[in-house]
Amino acid sequence: MLFKIAFRNIFRNKRRSLMTLLAVGVGAVAIILFGEFVGFITAAMETGAARTVGHLTVYRSGYFDYGAGNPAAFGIADYQGVIRLISEDPEIKPKLNVITPTVSLAGIAGNFEIGASKTFFGTGFVPSDRDRMLRWDERDIFRYFKHNPSTMRDDDETTGVVGVGLARILGLCEKLGLTDCPPRPQLPTAANDSEPEAPDIAALAQAEREAAGAHASGEPRLDLLAATASGAPNVMSLLISGAERQGARELDDNFVAMHFSLAQKLLYGRGEHKAVAIVIQLHHTKDLSAVRARLHTLFAEHKLDLEVRDWIERQPFFKQAIDMFGSIFFFISVIMGVIVLFTVVNTMGMSVMERTNEIGTVRALGVRRGGIRRLFVIEGSLLGAFGATFGVVVGQTLAVLFNRTGMTWMPPGNSVRVPLQVLTTGVAPLLICVWLGLVLAASVAALVPANRAARFKVVDALRHV
Amino acid sequence: MGSALSAAGQGRARVTSGPSLPVVRLRQVGKVYDDHEGLQVTAIKSITFDIPAHRFAMIVGPSGSGKTTLLNLIGCIDIPTSGALEVCGTRVGGLSDNAITDFRSRNIAFIFQNFNLSPVLTAYENVEYPLLLLRLPAAQRREQTAAMLESVGLWPHRHHRPNQLSGGQKQRVAVARALVKQPTLVLADEPTANLDTHTGAEIIALMRKVQEEHAVSFVFSTHDPQLISHAEHTFVIRDGELVEQRDEEKA
Repeated sequence: MLFKIAFRNIFRNKRRSLMTLLAVGVGAVAIILFGEFVGFITAAMETGAARTVGHLTVYRSGYFDYGAGNPAAFGIADYQGVIRLISEDPEIKPKLNVITPTVSLAGIAGNFEIGASKTFFGTGFVPSDRDRMLRWDERDIFRYFKHNPSTMRDDDETTGVVGVGLARILGLCEKLGLTDCPPRPQLPTAANDSEPEAPDIAALAQAEREAAGAHASGEPRLDLLAATASGAPNVMSLLISGAERQGARELDDNFVAMHFSLAQKLLYGRGEHKAVAIVIQLHHTKDLSAVRARLHTLFAEHKLDLEVRDWIERQPFFKQAIDMFGSIFFFISVIMGVIVLFTVVNTMGMSVMERTNEIGTVRALGVRRGGIRRLFVIEGSLLGAFGATFGVVVGQTLAVLFNRTGMTWMPPGNSVRVPLQVLTTGVAPLLICVWLGLVLAASVAALVPANRAARFKVVDALRHV
Repeated sequence: MGSALSAAGQGRARVTSGPSLPVVRLRQVGKVYDDHEGLQVTAIKSITFDIPAHRFAMIVGPSGSGKTTLLNLIGCIDIPTSGALEVCGTRVGGLSDNAITDFRSRNIAFIFQNFNLSPVLTAYENVEYPLLLLRLPAAQRREQTAAMLESVGLWPHRHHRPNQLSGGQKQRVAVARALVKQPTLVLADEPTANLDTHTGAEIIALMRKVQEEHAVSFVFSTHDPQLISHAEHTFVIRDGELVEQRDEEKA
C-alpha cells in the first residue's frame, strides 16, 4: 500500500514530477554518455597497448632502467630457451596468445639519394607474431577500424616498414605511393652543398648494398646506421615495403619496423645475437597478474636473471590519461548527483508542504513518524528510479546512435584523427551503477523533507490549510 | 456490517470499556499553547469530567471556546500541559509517540469536518487503510471493507476516488473508514458542517445506527443544532472551561 500511495502521489503534480524526472534523466544521460566515452578511451588505450607492446615484457634484470645504454650486456642470450620455458608452462600456456622476441635500437636512417637523414627508433620483430598481436581485440573495440595485414614476411628479413612521418621526411612518399604527403620544397643551394653531407656513411651504405647483392634502383630504401653493442658503427640497407601511420607524431616521424634478424644483425653485428625483450600477449587482460606472478616463480625456480614489466610500466602515459579521464568522470558524476539531490529535495519539499493536512490525517489514523518518513523516501526513490530508468534508456539509445554518426576526433598527441566512439557493449556495470547512484541520491535527498514531515505535530498538520 | 464490526476486533490487543466505565476521564486537564514569542494562550483550563461509554456525547460551545482542543486531547493527537487523561481505560500521559500512535490506531477513530480522505486512494482503499495499519490479513481486510462499504451504501462507488464523490458520499466514506476497525471511541469534529441539511441528517442517522448496533462511543464537537438534538450527553465549554454538562437521557 505504501508503494501504491507513493506511486500515485508522484503523479498528483504531473508537471513538477516530469521536471524532476527530466532532471534525473538528463543527469543519467550525461553520466552514461561521458562514462561510455571514457570507457571507450580506456578500452581503446588498453587494446592499443596490448597490441603494440603486449601485456607483459620480459627483460634481463636492470634493462628497463639502465639497459638501453648497453643492450649487449642487458640482452637475453638464450631467449629461445626462455620462450620455450614460458610457452610450455602448463599454467601460462592456455592464457598465452603470442610470445615473441624483440630488439629495440636507435640510430640514423638515411636516404642518401636525396641527401636526407634522420634519427630513428627501430623495433625488430617476427612479422607473423606482430601481425597476430595487432589482430588482438578482446573487447571488440576496433571493430570499426580496418586492419591491414603487414607487408613484411617472416622469410624476408630485408624488408621493413616506416612511419608515414619518417617516409615523408626521408622523401619516400612518391616511391611508397603515399598520397597525403605535402610536396617536397626545393632547398636553397649553398656554395659548399655540392658534396654529400655524409659521404662516409653513404659510401658505407653503398658498399653494404653491393655486398648484399641489392642493385635494383628505384626501390624505396633506407640505409640504417646504428652502433653495435661493441660501439662500432654498423650499416644495413632496408627495403621499405610500406608506411604505417603511428598514433603519436613523434613516433610517426621516427619509427622503423624491421625483421627481428635484421635488427639483431644491426645491433649485435658479428657478436652473439640476443633479444632485447620477450613480449607476451595474453588472450585476456584479466590474466595479467596471475601470469606475471607465475613468471616470477618460473624465473626464480630456473635461476633466470630476468624481470617482468607490464604495459602500464612501459607506457605510463596511458595510465595517466586514463586516470585523468576517470577524474573528469568522477567530477561530472558528482555535479550531476548534486543537481539531482537539490531537484528532489525541492520537489519533495513542495510535496510535503502541500500535503501537510494529509500527513496529519494519516498520523491521526495511526501511522507512526517512521511510516511518514518511509512514504516520502519511497516517493523520492521512485522519482529517482523512473528518472534514472528513463535516463539509462535514452542514454544508451543516444550512445548507439552517436556511434553511427561517424564523427572523428584528434586525441592529444595523435597525428591522425580517429573515430569518436562511446563504449556500448559490456557497460552493464556502468548503467547499473548510474541507476543505483541516482536512485540513492534521490532517496537521500528525499530524507530531508521526509524527516521534516515526520516531525510535524499531528494537530498542527491537521490545522494546515 | 455486523459481521464486519464483530470481526474487526479479533486477533489484536484492544482496550474496551465496559458499560459502567467511562470511556474518557479528564482530571484537571489543562492545555496552554506557547506561541513561540513568549506569549502563552490558555485553551483549556483545568477541566474535570467523565464521558460515559457507548453514548452519543457532544462537546458544544461557541467558536474559540476550546472544543476542538478538547477533542484533540481526547483523541490523543495533542498532549495536555496539566492534569491527567485516561482514554479507553489507559492513562495516555507519558506514553511515547509510537505507543500513543499505536494506541490511536487500535482504539480511536476520527471523522473530520473536511472528510480528509486520501485523494490518491479509491473509496475502497480509503476504508481499507486503517486495517492495513493494524496488519490484518488480506482476506479479513477485504471482508470487513466490503461489509462496511455495503453498510454505508457506497459499494457501487468503491472504485471512485474522493474527487469523483459528492460531499455526502465523501463523509460516508469517512464514516466507513472510522468504523471499519471497530474502534472503542469515535471522535468527530463538526462532521456535518460541510454538508447540506438533508445529507447531514443522513450521516447522523448512519452514525446513530452504528452506535446503537455496536455500542461504539461517539464524541462530537459541534454547534450544529441538528446533531446536538441527537446528544445523549452534552458538555458545554466556554472560554476553555466546562460550564455545564447534561445527561440528555436523564433529562
